[in-house]
Amino acid sequence: MRSGLKPKIIKDIKVDVDKCTGCRACEMACSAFHAVPKYSSINPSKARIRVIIDELRDVYVPVRAGDCANAECNGRQLYIINGKQYDECAFCRASCPSRNYFKEPDSGLPLKCDMCENEPPLSEPMCVQVCQPGALTYEKREGESGEEKPREELEIGLEALSTKHGLQKVMDALARMSTSKKG
Amino acid sequence: MRYTETGFNLEVDLTRGNIERVETDPRLTEIHLGGQGTAARILWDRVPPEVDPFSPDNLLIFSSGLLHATPVPGANRTVVNTISPQTNLLAHSLFGGYFGPELKHAGYDKIVIGGKSSSLVYLWINNDNVEIRDASHLRGKGCQETAALIRQELKEPKAQVAAIGLAGENRVYMATIDHANASASRGVGVIMGDKRLKAIAVRGTNNINIARPTELFEVCNRLRKEIYENPKCGDPMAHEDDETFHLNNFAWGNARERKKGYWNEELEKKWAALTRKVRDRETGCYNCPKTCHAVIKWPGRSRYFLKCFNKLTYLMAAHKELDFNYDILGVTQEYGLDGFSTPQVIAFALELYEAGIITDQDMPGFPSDVGERFYWLVEKIVRREGIGDILANGVYRAARQIGNGAEQYDHNTIKKFEQVTIKLGKVNPLYFLMYATGEKMNITQIEGSYPQDPLPTMAERERFVKDWVAAPNDKFKQMFLNWEKRNDLPVEASCAICDWNEMMHYIDDAIGLCGFLSSFRGQFGGRIPYHTHNIPDLISLATGMDLDEDGLWEIGRRNRNLVRALNVRRGLRRKDEKPPEDHWKIRDPEMETRLLDAYYEFKGWNREGIPGKETLDQLGLDYVTQDFIQRAILTDSESIPVK
Repeated sequence: MRSGLKPKIIKDIKVDVDKCTGCRACEMACSAFHAVPKYSSINPSKARIRVIIDELRDVYVPVRAGDCANAECNGRQLYIINGKQYDECAFCRASCPSRNYFKEPDSGLPLKCDMCENEPPLSEPMCVQVCQPGALTYEKREGESGEEKPREELEIGLEALSTKHGLQKVMDALARMSTSKKG
Repeated sequence: MRYTETGFNLEVDLTRGNIERVETDPRLTEIHLGGQGTAARILWDRVPPEVDPFSPDNLLIFSSGLLHATPVPGANRTVVNTISPQTNLLAHSLFGGYFGPELKHAGYDKIVIGGKSSSLVYLWINNDNVEIRDASHLRGKGCQETAALIRQELKEPKAQVAAIGLAGENRVYMATIDHANASASRGVGVIMGDKRLKAIAVRGTNNINIARPTELFEVCNRLRKEIYENPKCGDPMAHEDDETFHLNNFAWGNARERKKGYWNEELEKKWAALTRKVRDRETGCYNCPKTCHAVIKWPGRSRYFLKCFNKLTYLMAAHKELDFNYDILGVTQEYGLDGFSTPQVIAFALELYEAGIITDQDMPGFPSDVGERFYWLVEKIVRREGIGDILANGVYRAARQIGNGAEQYDHNTIKKFEQVTIKLGKVNPLYFLMYATGEKMNITQIEGSYPQDPLPTMAERERFVKDWVAAPNDKFKQMFLNWEKRNDLPVEASCAICDWNEMMHYIDDAIGLCGFLSSFRGQFGGRIPYHTHNIPDLISLATGMDLDEDGLWEIGRRNRNLVRALNVRRGLRRKDEKPPEDHWKIRDPEMETRLLDAYYEFKGWNREGIPGKETLDQLGLDYVTQDFIQRAILTDSESIPVK
């Protein structure tokens, strides 16, 4: 069966936080590329990439916008990496209610990195092209695409609930229901 | 639609708490570009010479540059202008980082601050929502600490903050305004403190529109790559471990002693190892691929950014080593003290103490160790306590307040302002002109395009000239070919070069370009990304303005003359235009007089250094002429032909 699966090209942008100089050219270029018409305006707050900077803690993390999360998460862990403290949000790609990142400033709608889809395709996404220090590099690698199992109706329903209320709340509710049924 | 600029200034009156968004005249952009050009115009129109720098009527202006928030790499230097209480002239200062572009995205080209608050406040600019907020809880906080606290309280980590420290709050003349990895000095921090304005926080989410976007974006991507790969631009010294240039050639202590054989391999190894140990990273400013600022984490101090020559100024003033400099910067930068002038003020005080002009009676508890004395005086100065209250006024004024012969020890100021500690042999005509006539108070803001030294052979000179893209025309190439000895430049060449050097700075301060990519870097190797040949195109692509090289020079001249006019109206005259007596050991008074005469003539200024009617009128500054005639600064009959 496995041999029948088609190899899938996974495109990714690798981030080396030690190389980031905090210049935010990536934000500038991203906003220009996604402007309509292209390049007609500059607005880093509309960029789908953000450099999270905290000068006092020496935190410089470029983060690309990922999927939108409708609910806040419960995880606010702190990570100590090489003696420097990062909070979990510094690495999180979600456009979420707990922070102002990755939302179109006028409408509040979530923004998501599309790897600079273009016709003809760009050699590399624009943020990578302008990142001279090499903190951002473009990577293509082969992965396997697995066959997707058809999802059950229940699962789809639960996912909708967890998107709306947050997975933790749904789990808590299920736990409460199951204890009350047992009791 | 206006391209690259927002077309609005934010006007803040701190006395009444009034905030207004005021539309600007697009014609002013065409004739001054922006930045310091248009700021000088506002100061000319609204701050007459009768206004004392500490009056509520003095204005403090933060200007973005015309090219901020465009794709042009390295366009990020914000200009701060006011009237300085130290010089009673225009205070010119620039700082990098992210502030100017953010301000534009918030919808403003400038913040014009007048009046004076009754209590300590900060300004929060969040697009159209602008508030004056209480800052009493930030009293005495460090510059970076203030920025972090404000971001926290506003829940806006993306806000860009410019803040003063204790030095600014206490109206210390050497106070800076600090922002991210940069700071503005030379008389602006003291006025921000005088207005009781602790900080400005800005967040902007509006578009900035570009006139010819695709072309500009492509040109800029190419430029960014070139800038990154060009080792001659940025701040190469920020990455080098070899400190020969400054340590062996600049004067130590109170600008006294050159230590020509100071630097050696052993020191280089030792200092390099120390730097590697405490340097976290090197950072750049908004949309610039260079990394001119080192992030230093020194034990016991909070992280700070190392800027330019600040790495060495305290250690040279104190005859100490690098560890001393790294440690004291951890203190002084949070206080918001300028690293150029502060060490000189302290070294000056130490000499007065050694000479018995100030004594233990003036300074009870003054320590005996020279290093401890520096920290002790820093604490006194930032609090304006005891002797610190006098020293906080800078060397020139402190010397006159102390009297008793202290004036003799003020030997390194021009126009009442502390200069870089350079003491050399024979007078250099070009440098004589730049020091004498510059109005930006520091040679680094005046010199920079023409190489500092000639090349030894004709073959080398020819090779250099062949690739010298930045030279404005063949005349400059010929001057360089004919130039054999450093201090041997004909009068005519000295005038033309001085004019070009300072012109580039006046262009940069209007469009917001960093001097490390432009006005300051040509002197070291000539190959720079920005020059008078490509800047007009970039401005045209970004703004849609029709601008060529002649037009750019004309605007540069207009801005230059307007700044001179502002200062002339406040009393600047020929008598003030002189480098320190001992800047060179061997002087040539007759040649110096001839030079100054020739330069004034070249500029279309009279023998007092006052722009003539013809010069002003030709630049469209006839309103200056009228003012000068009314005030009897010029007479109706005076005629100086325009060259």
